[in-house]
Amino acid sequence: MNETQNKLNAALRQAVRGKLSRREFTQLALASGVTLAAANTMFASAARAEPKKGGVLKIGVGHGATTDSMDPGLYPDQFTGTALWGTLANSLTEIDADGNVIGDVAESFEPADGAKKWVFKVRKGITFHNGKPVTAEDVVASLAHHQAENSKSAAKSLLKEITSLKADGPDTVVFELTGGNADFPYTVSDYHMPIMPKKDDGSVDWESGIRTGAYSLDKFTPGVQASFNKNPNYHKEGKGWFDRVEFLSIKDVAARTNALLSGEIQYMDRCDLKTLDQLKQSPDHTVSEITGYGHYIYVMNVTAKPFDNPDVRNAIKYSMNRDDVLEKVFLGHGTVGNDNPIAPTVKFAVDPQPRHSYNPDKARELLKKAGLETLSFDLSVADAAFAGAVDSAILWKEHAKACGIEINVIREPDDGYWDNVWLKKPFVASYWSGRPTVDWMMTTAYAADAAWNDTFWKNPKFNELLIAARSETDEAKRAAMYAEMQQILHDDGGLINMLFNSYVEAHAKTLGHGKIAANWQLDGMRIAERWWYTA
Amino acid sequence: MHPVLKTVLQRLGLGLLTLFVVSVVIFASLELLPGGFAEAILGQGATPETVAAFNREIGLDRPAFVRYLEWIGGVLMGDFGYSYAGLGGSIKRSVSELIAPRLYNTFFLAAMTAIVAVPLSLLLGVLAALYRNSWYDRIVNSVTLTTIATPEFFIAYLLMFFFAIKNKWFYTLSTVSGSTDLWEHMYRAALPAITLTLVIVAHMMRMTRAALINLLASPYMEMAQLKGVPRREAIIKHALPNAWAPIATVIAFNLAYLVVGVVVVEVVYVYPGIGQLMVDAVSSRDMPVVQACALIFAATYILLNLSADIVSIITNPRLLHPK
Amino acid sequence: MTAQAPDIRSVRARRSFFENVKRTLATAPISAWFGMIVILVYVIAAVFAPLIAPYGEAEVVGKAYQPSGPAFWLGTDQIGRDLFSRLIYGARNTVGIAFMTTMLSFLIGGTLGVLTALKRGWLDQGISRIVDAFLAIPVLIFALMLLAVFGKSIWMLILILALLDSTRVFRLARATALNVVVMDYVEAAKLRGEGMGWIIFKEVLPNILPPMITEFGLRFCFVFLTISALSFLGVGIQPPTADWGSMVAESKTLITFPVRTFPYIPAPFYPAIAIALLTVAINFVVDWFLHKTSGLRDEL
Repeated sequence: MNETQNKLNAALRQAVRGKLSRREFTQLALASGVTLAAANTMFASAARAEPKKGGVLKIGVGHGATTDSMDPGLYPDQFTGTALWGTLANSLTEIDADGNVIGDVAESFEPADGAKKWVFKVRKGITFHNGKPVTAEDVVASLAHHQAENSKSAAKSLLKEITSLKADGPDTVVFELTGGNADFPYTVSDYHMPIMPKKDDGSVDWESGIRTGAYSLDKFTPGVQASFNKNPNYHKEGKGWFDRVEFLSIKDVAARTNALLSGEIQYMDRCDLKTLDQLKQSPDHTVSEITGYGHYIYVMNVTAKPFDNPDVRNAIKYSMNRDDVLEKVFLGHGTVGNDNPIAPTVKFAVDPQPRHSYNPDKARELLKKAGLETLSFDLSVADAAFAGAVDSAILWKEHAKACGIEINVIREPDDGYWDNVWLKKPFVASYWSGRPTVDWMMTTAYAADAAWNDTFWKNPKFNELLIAARSETDEAKRAAMYAEMQQILHDDGGLINMLFNSYVEAHAKTLGHGKIAANWQLDGMRIAERWWYTA
Repeated sequence: MHPVLKTVLQRLGLGLLTLFVVSVVIFASLELLPGGFAEAILGQGATPETVAAFNREIGLDRPAFVRYLEWIGGVLMGDFGYSYAGLGGSIKRSVSELIAPRLYNTFFLAAMTAIVAVPLSLLLGVLAALYRNSWYDRIVNSVTLTTIATPEFFIAYLLMFFFAIKNKWFYTLSTVSGSTDLWEHMYRAALPAITLTLVIVAHMMRMTRAALINLLASPYMEMAQLKGVPRREAIIKHALPNAWAPIATVIAFNLAYLVVGVVVVEVVYVYPGIGQLMVDAVSSRDMPVVQACALIFAATYILLNLSADIVSIITNPRLLHPK
Repeated sequence: MTAQAPDIRSVRARRSFFENVKRTLATAPISAWFGMIVILVYVIAAVFAPLIAPYGEAEVVGKAYQPSGPAFWLGTDQIGRDLFSRLIYGARNTVGIAFMTTMLSFLIGGTLGVLTALKRGWLDQGISRIVDAFLAIPVLIFALMLLAVFGKSIWMLILILALLDSTRVFRLARATALNVVVMDYVEAAKLRGEGMGWIIFKEVLPNILPPMITEFGLRFCFVFLTISALSFLGVGIQPPTADWGSMVAESKTLITFPVRTFPYIPAPFYPAIAIALLTVAINFVVDWFLHKTSGLRDEL
């Protein structure tokens, strides 16, 4: 690259940032021997990548119900999560695109006393949409909202480890925990825990929709739409480019696709996998596919016969051809699982060996070891667990036949699946949207005393390591502990992690973005502040 | 008392009875469904503790008949109660507030469709009876049969494809809100209205044709023919008045369908009508909302049928002046 | 034609049943012939499905969305099942379910409707009130609730749809019968002291038959559509059973992707055309029947 070109590139960068007018740039380019057409193309393509302020972003979301509430403890899904949290509000911390925890409403956070105590400093100058500054009192009230005796919040069990929650001065919040937890900052990044203003009576004001986010609430009609206007005083630099953001609840995937194709929305989530190839051919749209933390699983109750024998469990694990399921049922959109619930992109994730891939000989050998010739059991499934659960189970039934295993697939009703089947029947289909840390995921579903321990698995060594790793501040030692835990779960647990599913979403080519986060759909549910229009 | 007036009063009284039966049936079905409001809202995240807290707060921990009596007591006083959603918080959502805008949207779409579909199907039906077995008859028959035999969403998607994606004449989304003005509302609701028209015209048109043809063989029609009355006049003047009863019944059916049965079209066009609200409320077990929707649907149905019966009585002198 | 008419009447009694059928068929218009042939083809497909279909109903035989060719006449569906085979099995399931549902609903609804129209009084009031209440609840939403309560087996689906449908049949049967029972010939029969069965079968039924038959033709097709709509809303027939309504609903997203994209996948169109063709065929035959029972002589 010669000197003129270098100069031209520098000028181009200045031009698109508005420091040099387009005309000045063109003159410079012409002077250095570039044709007018080429100069215009250069300018246009450079301008495309640069964020531009303004525009209205309309997003079609496949969720949303008339029962949706402004109460963040009850946010059920992507509609409330993305609109009423990611667009409107901020938590104490946030997970960035690389999966690291960074400050949000909190400027900084420090552990003390072996991570049993955490001190969070509230960001200076941060205000609510009504102009009121955010104080430590607001933070305390916002989190206490989920802790109350009769709280209905989904975050209640997450915050159980907090023994004391106090404001120390106007901008310091001190948490004391039951035991050390090096990952505590991740916990408070959850979308159920936005920071809200405190009312005079000490409770928190969730009703008004006044929050701290990049956009302020214009109108929210549960189950229909939510619209937001730009917050001019947003506390983050270089975030929140649109003038206005609207979310529409479009539950029918074909209607969502049509709205995108006709230009009435610019972004849709949960694309139809069957027609993805057709959608990809649209000249005006881009399909994005992110493998997140979410995984589709089958879980067995390890206290019930015949699953109480680890050899039987492992024989079952070897009896599924996961690649075949991924290709046939999910058309390749996902990553095959290896009976480890920790997604490869999560910090401290390992890939335990030997991999549980389809191996009828191995399965038969393990059955023999358990003293069995053949094995037969019921598997309860419904598409309420995850879309494709029934088809996958039927396909698995075919695979397992070759291993001497007879799976009796029972299709349960979708309605009430989580109440009547999950945690009740011995072998069921299930789903986890995943958690950003090893500790969080393991504590939620695999710890001996977890409320959602759906495998009823209680491994002493595993639980010892879980507690020890929490307060371990030496990264290398911690990594070793987590690796061992994942190996134990892989070898002994009652979990069949079939695959990690992908978030397949599509958007207009006029939208620009940075690296897309994997922790939730819609760019970590924060698409409204992270994306922009390029033209 | 005049027979029509008598029928109206009698029917209205019986209508109230019907409404009561409907409310019992719906309540019982909701009770039979697995899971409750708390479980439906909390989904996979439900713990026994949060479910119990939820149920306590909205009073679902009390026996079913107490809840039913309390609800119907409120309804008799004109109070449809509050949606379970948000019942515990400080923003209560009253059922009437929740339903009113959606009910307006539903009636708007139904009226728009009916204004086009009813005269159209009557006209097509009379013409088909007039020119029975002609090519016109066969073509109209085949076309309307094809539209009626195609799933609603199929027609909706095809219309959407041709008129909103390929040619951007209409919107794919029929989202309307309280601030949408009348013309915009009509424009947005045009594709759903066309879809519904295609769906219901065949039924009404065929019944009109069948009812007329059924009468062509009656003695007075033969008499008219012998008298030399032109065919067209005979059908319109002599057959049509006697065919009103079955035609009115079918029209009432279809108008009721426009109000109560359009949930699929609402889903496809994302039109915020009452059908979608009821399906949502059923899946979240939001009893007061389900009940209110069911009562509205039932009342619509009862009133439309009453109208059809009045037409039958008025057009049949034997019923109008009983011996 | 006109010249032959008196002839047919005078010798009718001496002809055998088959001769009569032959004679009647000879007078059938093209549309009725078309309808009968289509129905015949469908019935053959339904009865001999396993013999005709090249592959099994739920057998995965290829890749997803293979274009039509010698191996797969109509191509394959979203998980690589042969569409032609599924269409043929669909005839068996769809037509079977629709037929059973409609027959059941007409049996229940029709009988009760005529009976109440004749009897009036408390029986009429009682049944009408109950039917009114059930009619007043939207079918689709009520069916969704009932299927969630009672399970989603095919028999339960048939029973629930038939019961819900029978309320509509009842309403029509009663309304049409009401117009008939005030006729002089019914009064005369009553005065003659004829039994209830005689009045129903000899006086009322023949006179309400035409609108009822028309309704049957349509109701039959509505069953496919209801199943299709239930599938669209997430219930309906359990996979992998092939059923046209569900097949359209399963591939609904393909409907808005025609022409513009390549390869063009007509998967949702085949079952939709199958439904439409059968509906048109049945109703052509119904129309012909209607024409014959109306007592009108052909004026051609």
